[in-house]
Amino acid sequence: MRIGLFVPCYIDQFYPQVAIATLELLEKLDCKVEFPLNQTCCGQPMANSGFASLAAGCDKNFIDNFRDIDYIVSPSGSCVLHIKEHLQDPKQEAAAAKIRSSVFELTEFLTDVLQVNTINASFPHKVGIHNSCHGQRGLHLSSMTERVLPSFSKPEQLLGMVKGISLHLPERKDECCGFGGTFCVFEEAVSVKMGKDRIEEHDRNQVDFITGTDVSCLMHLEGILKRQGSTVKTIHIAEILNSSEA
Amino acid sequence: MKPVPHARAAGNFIKDEERTNWHDDTLWFVREKRDKAAHGIAEWELLREWASQIKNHTLSCLDEYLLNFEKQAIANGVKIHWAADAAAHNQIIYSIIKEQKISRIVKSKSMLTEECGLNEFLHQQGIDTVDTDLGERIVQFRDEPPSHIVLPAIHLKKQDVSETFHIHLGTQKGNNDPQYLTEAARGHLREKFIASELAITGVNFAVAETGGFVVCTNEGNADMGAHAARIHIACMGFEKIIPRTADLAVFLRLLARSATGQPITTYSSHFLKPRAGQELHIVIVDNGRSRQLGRADFRNSLKCIRCAACFNTCPVYRRSGGHSYHTAVAGPIGSILNPNLDMKANADLPFASTLCGSCSNVCPVKIDIHEQLWKWRQELAKEGYVAGSKKAGMKGMAFVLARPGLYRFSGRMARWFLRHLSFLFKSKKLNPWYRQREMPAAPKHSFRNWYLKNKKK
Repeated sequence: MRIGLFVPCYIDQFYPQVAIATLELLEKLDCKVEFPLNQTCCGQPMANSGFASLAAGCDKNFIDNFRDIDYIVSPSGSCVLHIKEHLQDPKQEAAAAKIRSSVFELTEFLTDVLQVNTINASFPHKVGIHNSCHGQRGLHLSSMTERVLPSFSKPEQLLGMVKGISLHLPERKDECCGFGGTFCVFEEAVSVKMGKDRIEEHDRNQVDFITGTDVSCLMHLEGILKRQGSTVKTIHIAEILNSSEA
Repeated sequence: MKPVPHARAAGNFIKDEERTNWHDDTLWFVREKRDKAAHGIAEWELLREWASQIKNHTLSCLDEYLLNFEKQAIANGVKIHWAADAAAHNQIIYSIIKEQKISRIVKSKSMLTEECGLNEFLHQQGIDTVDTDLGERIVQFRDEPPSHIVLPAIHLKKQDVSETFHIHLGTQKGNNDPQYLTEAARGHLREKFIASELAITGVNFAVAETGGFVVCTNEGNADMGAHAARIHIACMGFEKIIPRTADLAVFLRLLARSATGQPITTYSSHFLKPRAGQELHIVIVDNGRSRQLGRADFRNSLKCIRCAACFNTCPVYRRSGGHSYHTAVAGPIGSILNPNLDMKANADLPFASTLCGSCSNVCPVKIDIHEQLWKWRQELAKEGYVAGSKKAGMKGMAFVLARPGLYRFSGRMARWFLRHLSFLFKSKKLNPWYRQREMPAAPKHSFRNWYLKNKKK
């Protein structure tokens, strides 16, 4: 079984610690993980801006890198959803189809494929959970407040295995943070207002950290937190699950 | 005239942050009421599925149902008019008004007449209509369009209403008591109802098998209008059709719960035929709907029953207000309907979303709203309605990201610049990210660098 690590471009460049934590975590769980060296981007920034037609180069490169991998795992719900829904290459449709059905966001890989029951991690802090929309509503990593369906959460299930952690959900537990890809700059006012409102709810819970399954949401919230001079930090779920703080 | 783009209008709306918070909380309260109502019904998801299937089926043989509806309605003594577009719709109503020498008109809420600009059209002909839905009357006094299809004056506070009524109805200045203000509106509207010669209403559901239709209101204003006036004109977009009366059992359970969290609207008024001495007209309107029906990707937007659940749940709508969408139907559903009406004027709307998907989840007829927003973006880019600068940026990005070596070089450069020449990014004018957010810290090494050094054997 070949497991390949898909590291979204902005994580590779700006948040390497998230990819390192993901890799180390998977290795702790006895996975042999490869990192295809020529990967770049899933193509989502272009596609969500209306230019899916320009993403062909990214698609091809992605397929070239991951065609022989059985399980593609990534610490980003949003990028995974994009691959699942939109990866295509008319010249190699079979390879694209295989990839679309074998790409997993990290937490769903842990709960559904590896079926992890225990994680040897400890993180003695007050942590607020941010449910990222693409992971939640797109990949169904957790139940959604709009739907009348049984309640569950894969990220919470995993975080519940961490020693010493104290978990807190904001009042609106699955409201969007406002990042939204290029929305964050083209609709800057609404984007930031949405982020501020999320942070305010987490502040009411007096958390030390805000965590989630998508670095993009966290990057946006981090930008606002820093500007506010807040002491609250953002941290990706992989970093917590890989943590062994006493 | 090109409307102010959503992003700029939203920016202006948010400048008053306290009011934005109030607007957001008010609509979130409605969303929560909706959740409570939905969770009170074990078969909620099944109802949504049924509603979706009934609508899909109806859209697949719309012509037959419409013709059957017409046949039944004519047999009931109703006059049927077909309008190809907004202008034809307005003209039909104007002709009836002229023929019958009517001067006093009341109108209950109809988003279709808003879409067609009926009030302005009649006003230009020297004819005034009185909107009788309380919220619509308020915005009509203020010469504003509704900001929400179910709650037309939701952007206004009671102080604003008090001010408006003081000017137009002579209520006490500064009396903000909702009871007092409602009484004043009620008295004012009663006079209009009693005097009216023509009542215009919308249609929520038109039943093909009977030729009858249902109008849902909470104020009973459609009934008061239709019962008092000697002529009743009901206006409907042609997608309002449902096959059977029995289907109402699905839609009426979903509509008010999705809209406001009520089990059912206070009035669900069934109209079948004109009463003795009255004329009943129905105007069936296309206005771009055939075109939308022909767009495979966007066809099922015509399933919409105008509950506005997608408005109330939309985190962008709640923080930007209905007027920022510059169209009769705002919110997420408006953002997938309006580009069909005018692609150029409404090219900004599909981008006024984070694609969070909450709209699709609350939709009682399961329209894949956020997926259609995504598809409209593709369509708009293809048709050349996305700014050239954005397109150039995307082209550049696509070029770099398709080339692993160039991507790594560019990433390294970007991080170097961020570390050493960070001032380059710190222009609030040129870098919208930086206006209210710090830039991410730029590490010296990428993950790939780390991997090659530490892992690669």
